Parts: sequence; C-alpha cells; structure tokens
Amino acid sequence: MARLIRTEKEVEGRYEEVFIVVEEDALEQWPAGPGEVVGRPATRVDGFERASGQAVYTADLRKPGMLHAAVLRSPHPRARATVDLSPALSLPGVHAAVGPGEIEQLSADCNYQGQAIAAVCADTLAQARAAVRAIRCDFEVLEPLLDPDEAVRRGELLGDPRVRERGDYERGLSEADVVVEAEYRTQVVLHNSLETHQAVVEWTREDAVEVHISTQYVWGIRDAVAEGLGLPADNVRVVCRYMGGGFGSKNSPDEYTFIAAELAKRTRRPVKCALTRREENTAAGNRNATIQRLTVGARSDGTLTALGGEFVNAVGWGGWSSGTEGPMQMLYACPNVKTTTHGAKLNLPPMKAFRAPGFVEGTFGLEALLDELAAKLDLDPLELRRRNHTEQTPEGGEYSDKNLLECYRRAEPHWARRHEVRARSTETVKRGVGMASQIWYGGGGPPSYAWVRVGSDGRATVVTAMQDIGTGTRTAMAQIAAEELRVPLEHVTVSLGDTDRGPYATLSAGSSTTPSVGPAVRAAAADARAQIEEIAEQRGLSKDASVAEVVDVLEDAQILGKGARGPNPTGMQVLTFGVQVAEVAVDVETGEVWVERIAAVHDVGRVINPLGASSQIEGGIIQGIGHTLSEERLHDPATGRLLTTTLDAYKLPTIADVPEIVSELLDVPDTHLTNLGSKGLGEPPIIPTAAAIANAIRDATGADVRRLPISREEMLRALREAEARQKEKVGAPAGV
Amino acid sequence: MRIDVNDHAYELRCEVGTTLAEALRDELSLTGTKIACGEGHCGACTVLVDGTPVLSCITLAHAVGDAKVTTVEGLREHPMLRAFVRADALQCGFCTPGQVVSAVALVEATPDPTTEEIRHAMAGNLCRCGAYPKIEEAIRTWRD
Repeated sequence: MARLIRTEKEVEGRYEEVFIVVEEDALEQWPAGPGEVVGRPATRVDGFERASGQAVYTADLRKPGMLHAAVLRSPHPRARATVDLSPALSLPGVHAAVGPGEIEQLSADCNYQGQAIAAVCADTLAQARAAVRAIRCDFEVLEPLLDPDEAVRRGELLGDPRVRERGDYERGLSEADVVVEAEYRTQVVLHNSLETHQAVVEWTREDAVEVHISTQYVWGIRDAVAEGLGLPADNVRVVCRYMGGGFGSKNSPDEYTFIAAELAKRTRRPVKCALTRREENTAAGNRNATIQRLTVGARSDGTLTALGGEFVNAVGWGGWSSGTEGPMQMLYACPNVKTTTHGAKLNLPPMKAFRAPGFVEGTFGLEALLDELAAKLDLDPLELRRRNHTEQTPEGGEYSDKNLLECYRRAEPHWARRHEVRARSTETVKRGVGMASQIWYGGGGPPSYAWVRVGSDGRATVVTAMQDIGTGTRTAMAQIAAEELRVPLEHVTVSLGDTDRGPYATLSAGSSTTPSVGPAVRAAAADARAQIEEIAEQRGLSKDASVAEVVDVLEDAQILGKGARGPNPTGMQVLTFGVQVAEVAVDVETGEVWVERIAAVHDVGRVINPLGASSQIEGGIIQGIGHTLSEERLHDPATGRLLTTTLDAYKLPTIADVPEIVSELLDVPDTHLTNLGSKGLGEPPIIPTAAAIANAIRDATGADVRRLPISREEMLRALREAEARQKEKVGAPAGV
Repeated sequence: MRIDVNDHAYELRCEVGTTLAEALRDELSLTGTKIACGEGHCGACTVLVDGTPVLSCITLAHAVGDAKVTTVEGLREHPMLRAFVRADALQCGFCTPGQVVSAVALVEATPDPTTEEIRHAMAGNLCRCGAYPKIEEAIRTWRD
C-alpha cells in the first residue's frame, strides 16, 4: 500500500526534509552469502559494447542537421565584459549567436574564470570556434578575491557558518592530559571525467525538447530543464544510456544545456554543446580546497575528551559548503565536539560534488590528527581507534548496522606487516605503514521504481530510468532480477537512462544507486515471479519449473511486474564503514613518495557483484592516490588565472602509479535496510586513502605531512620540521 | 583523399587540417575512437597506423597516406576485447577503446609482456575510473 511519509533525505551528506510516497517493502531479505547470481562475480552486461566502441555516448551522437556550439568564457577571475557579437555572425557556417543576459546562464558580469559570456552555433565545430574567437569582447579587469581566510574575515560566505556542538568542548579540553593542534590543507581537485560535460538538445515540438546529455541524473535534468525553459516536465525527455564518468560533477544541466536549448530554439535544428578538456578543467566543477584547523584532547590512555575544528571550505563563486566536519562529528565516541564550518565565496570556479565531498578532505585532517595524537601518546594507532569506537551514534542514536570493529579485525594482518615493512628501510628510503578509518552515508532511499517484463521466450527486461555512470549498476540490476526471477543472468537485459521509457529512479551519486534502485528491481522481479508461479499452477506445472517452460505458450502476452523502493528504517542512521592500510616508501633526500600497497576492508552490507565491487574499490583508491600525491589545480595567486587546465599540466595517476591493492568486503546484509541489505560503494573507498598514506609517511619518517598533495616540497618541509623537532628534543642531529 | 581503414579503402573529402580522429568519427562514423582531450595527452583516441599506436587527435588525416589504419572497430574479433570484459578492465568505458588498441599493439609486438612492459606501454592511456589493475590483468591473460 502506498503511504505518505515525511522523511529526511540524504544526498552527498546533505539532508533535507521531504514528503514522499513509499510502498511497503514486503519481501524478506535473501539469506546472507552468495545466491545463484547475486553475490557471485559477474562481468559487465554492457562490457563488450563499451570496450568495442559500439556504445553510443553523448559525445558520439550525430543528429541530422545538428549544429555545434562553442562558448566564449571569461579568461579573468573577475571582470566586466563588453561584447559585440556581430563579427561572429558574419562568418561562414554560423547560424546563431547568443549573448550576455539573453539567457540567464550567460553574463557579462564575470566572477570566475570560465564564466560563460556568449555562445555561437555553426555547421562545424571548427566554424563555431572561429566565430567565438571573432566576437569582439573588451574586459574591465577587477581585483579578484582569492584568499579563503580573507573571504571569511570579510564575511564573503556562501550560507551562514555551520556550528555544530555536542557536550562541552572547553571542559573536554580541560580534562585532557594531552592536546594536539594542527592545521591541514587540501587542494582543489578536478573530476576530469574523460567524456566532458555535453548535451545535444532538439526541440521536437514548439513546447517540447529532447535532451541527450552526459549526466548522473536524467530526472534532475528533466526537472531543471523544464523549469528553466518554462515547460511541463513531461515535455522534456532526457536520455543518457552510456556516459563517460561523472564522479559527482554531472548532476545538473549547467550552462551548456541551456546554451544548446536556446540555440536549438533559434535555429530549429538540434544543437550540441560540448566542453573542451580545457573548459572542463576550468568551469565544470571541482573538489574545493579546504583549510582545517583542528584540535584533539585526550587522556593518557587515548580516550578522546574533546575534538574541535575550524573548517574553511574554499567553495568558489558557487556551489555549497560541504560537510568537511562530518568525520570529526561522526567517527568517534568523543563526548565533546565543536566544529565551525565556513564556505568562502571566492572569484574561483564553483565547486561541485566530487566523490564523498567533504569527507575525503575531513577524513584526511581528522585521521592524520589522530595519528599525531597516537605518536604523542606512544599508542598504537589502531588501538587508539578501537578505544574510541562507538556502537551507538555519538548522539546516542542507533545505527542500522555497524561492523567497523570487524573491519579493524580483518585489517590486522595488513597492519601487522608494519614491522617487516619498516625493516626494509634503507639509509635514504624509509618505509612505513599507516591506517585510517572510513565513515560515510550510502544507504540510499526512496523513491525509485522499476518494472520487469517477461516475454514468452522466458527472457526478462528490467525497465528503470536510472543511469550507469560506469559503476556497473546496469549489471547489478540484471543480477538482482535474475536472482529473484530464477533465470540465467544472460536472459536479463536492462533498459535505463531515458525519462520517457521507464519510471523514476534516483540519481547516480552519493553511493545511492544500488541501495535505492536495487530493492525496487527486486520487488518488480518478485511481482513478475509471483505471476509466473500462478500461471505455472494453472498449467499444472511444478513451482520449480523454469520460467521459459511456464511462459512458452504466452505468445505475445507479457508478464509485467512493478516494484518500488521501500522506506529506510525509522530512527536509524544508515552508514558505511571501513578501514584502509597503506604502505609507503619515502626517499628522504628527494622527498619522493611511492605508495607500495594498500589494503582496503569496507562494509557496505550485501555485495551484489564482487567483481564490480573490487573494481570500484580499486578505482576509488587510485583516485585517492592521485588526490594525495599528484593532483592539484593551481591558480596564479596574483591574478587568479588557472594554470592546470590540460591533462599535461594536471597530473592524473597512470597505470605506472598503481600499487598493489588488496580489497575485502565484509558482505554482511544490513538486516534493517530494505529487501536487499545493500549499501553503496561508489564513495567509501576514496575516503580514507589520503590519511592512510599520510600516516604511513609519519610511520616511515616521523614527519607530519599536513598539506595535500604531498608534493616533494611538502614532503621535504615536513622532514625538515621533524628533524628540527628531533634536534630540539635530544639536542643532537636526528637519525633521518 | 584516400584512406585505408580496417581493410577498407575510402574516398573522403576533408579540409586540410582535419585530424585523423575527426575524419574517423565525423566522416566514417567510426565513433569507437574517442576524443577526451583533443591535444594528445590522454590516449583515448589511440588507433593503429601500420600496427603502431598513434594519437589520432593530433595526427593529420592527410598525413596518413597509404598506411593502414586500424581502429577499435577493426579489432572486434581480437581476443583482447574479450580479455578486457572478462577481467572487468573497464568502468565508464570512455577510455577503453583506446586502451584496447594500445594493448593490442603491445601484445602483437610482445605476446607475453612483463608487468614493466605493460606499464610502460600503457602509461599514455589515462583512465579516470582507475581500472588500471584490471587492465594489467587483461593484458596478462589476453590469450586465456
């Protein structure tokens, strides 16, 4: 039965109160452990299409008569532009141009480099680009605000500062035997999805558009485009069957979709607007920089008495101030915690969600701080974490499930390697092992819907308008349907990514797709299965007869099952947990750092596809290594101009940078969570990587690295600081 | 111009300055070859020219001459493709055709590459999803 409830909805760590209609989830969970299909490794159902180049991405779409758009963007972080479009309009192949103020997304008032000012469409991309270059544009260049601390002092903020306190922080500090204070900084990181942001928009009627777009959320695009263009939502069709990476940056339609829509309207032709790589690395979003001024107080046995943090999110001109304080608030049992988080509004490109926004940054600070405390107390870092473990939420509430201690236990063999790893150090290359814990959301939630269609050939199609952004959700949904229907995996196809051809499904973000859509798919398959069993009974066939045998007389008739995602458990926090153990080598003469091995143990409830899950973990860790050691979007501190917009300048990890990665999932269904007991895995693996590496560096060298990326400069600074500290302590040169 | 792609001879009209990637994608609709950076930094556009991997986004179409061009569409029967799927050596898949082409070039020259050889040959093909460990596995096991 449908039921209207008021509930908290969580996306990327942000909560909002919403009314939703939920349908009761009547199915019992499957028993723990592998089933016939679910819980067993499956290769991607769309693997061959993608690998062989047959899959059509938005970038590959060619529509008859399609025009190409190019965008004029501000090269300055702060400027007023004066624009004359006429020279562009007279060039060959040019069909239309749109200037500042003609649509909301184009502005002469430029507050970050990359702000879209005007756009042109032409027969070919080369013509469109030539036309953009021909636009006469003069800039009055203004002084940009670039320093996050200065923005906070001036009150240039996005939203009010967020103050969260429990217990009595000051008293907690006074009760501490040891207090450690440290400032951590994290850099701007770029998503660099290999398919850049892009859309093809076509007006199919006066009042209807079709949008093909590389997106993580076809329904979000539908609603935003409908609102932006003043159309009924059902007159906007959004399609995305394959997309080349998003990592959080592709949840909204952005300027390029509206530019394409406007130019398509004016020319009555389909228009594609695709960002170049350099535009992508300027104006398509980023993980914002943070400054974290952290304090921890503890008793000599390691019991935390106080945690405090002043966090500055250097948000840029737009976006939101993410939950960088989240790990400090949520990970440990500490009774007295006070955090203040500022979102600094700067003349830099807007941030967007990037794989566990806030928690990647905040975990680096918190977990490095904890190891600095462990060093001071001469405590084993893993033991310190165990002593501050909490079985209830720090506010005294309930978790739906928490197996962090079991993750720690399974990490022990990896942790125990540290003696042997350290022993392999040489005079100039020091080795060490570090660990860090992981906490994040990932429970998903309603609404999401699915249909399952079974034909007389016994084959099934799952229809749900979700996306597979590369995480393998298409395969996971096929596995869930196959398991419930009791048909081979090869007999299930999944139709997704089209708002006109399937019911609503949630966005592919916040580690929410599998836990949100998976239960709906299972419910739909169960509905179909029940009908198949009724037919079997009427045909006098055994209940165990194969689906193909039962339905083979149906000819054109089809079995249609439908399912909805049920509610989350009331009054419980649904979270994911884990731990990673990193082994590093540090050349103390050059400051070079190599990650040699990372072991990851995470708990995300039931695992649908162990093969795809291991790929998710590896991918998260590799992005985490890039974030920790090599990636940084740099800007000139004087002018604010961006310096790293190419893939030559911006250092992504390559295959040669990959260490040995060992991954393990607990694979225990969360018995309180839906008919599956599964949580999401997209984000958890990237969260503890930076801190584990930083802590391994401390183990190897005694140096406290506090700034990402850990460049050679930062490594050598930390080594010199450690050496000076050592000298002070013993009054003699250090051994490093 | 004339161009030999996947053992077919084509007559094309391309402006001077057209890149090989544009000619393949826009003129021949061979969209398996992806353009992810357009300036030779990422490897997504890798194709074979007389068996040698080249970056088609910074190769001029007219410069190919009589050489034989092989794109991912010409490798559909190659065991490397199955090896990539089997090893789960892809996630979003956008870099994958380029990875497959580079991997084929490697094993055609060195059928049993060492880890070092794999890492050296594949370091120019970026994968933002981080499928690297399984790309390595696919190449190690391509003949299985």
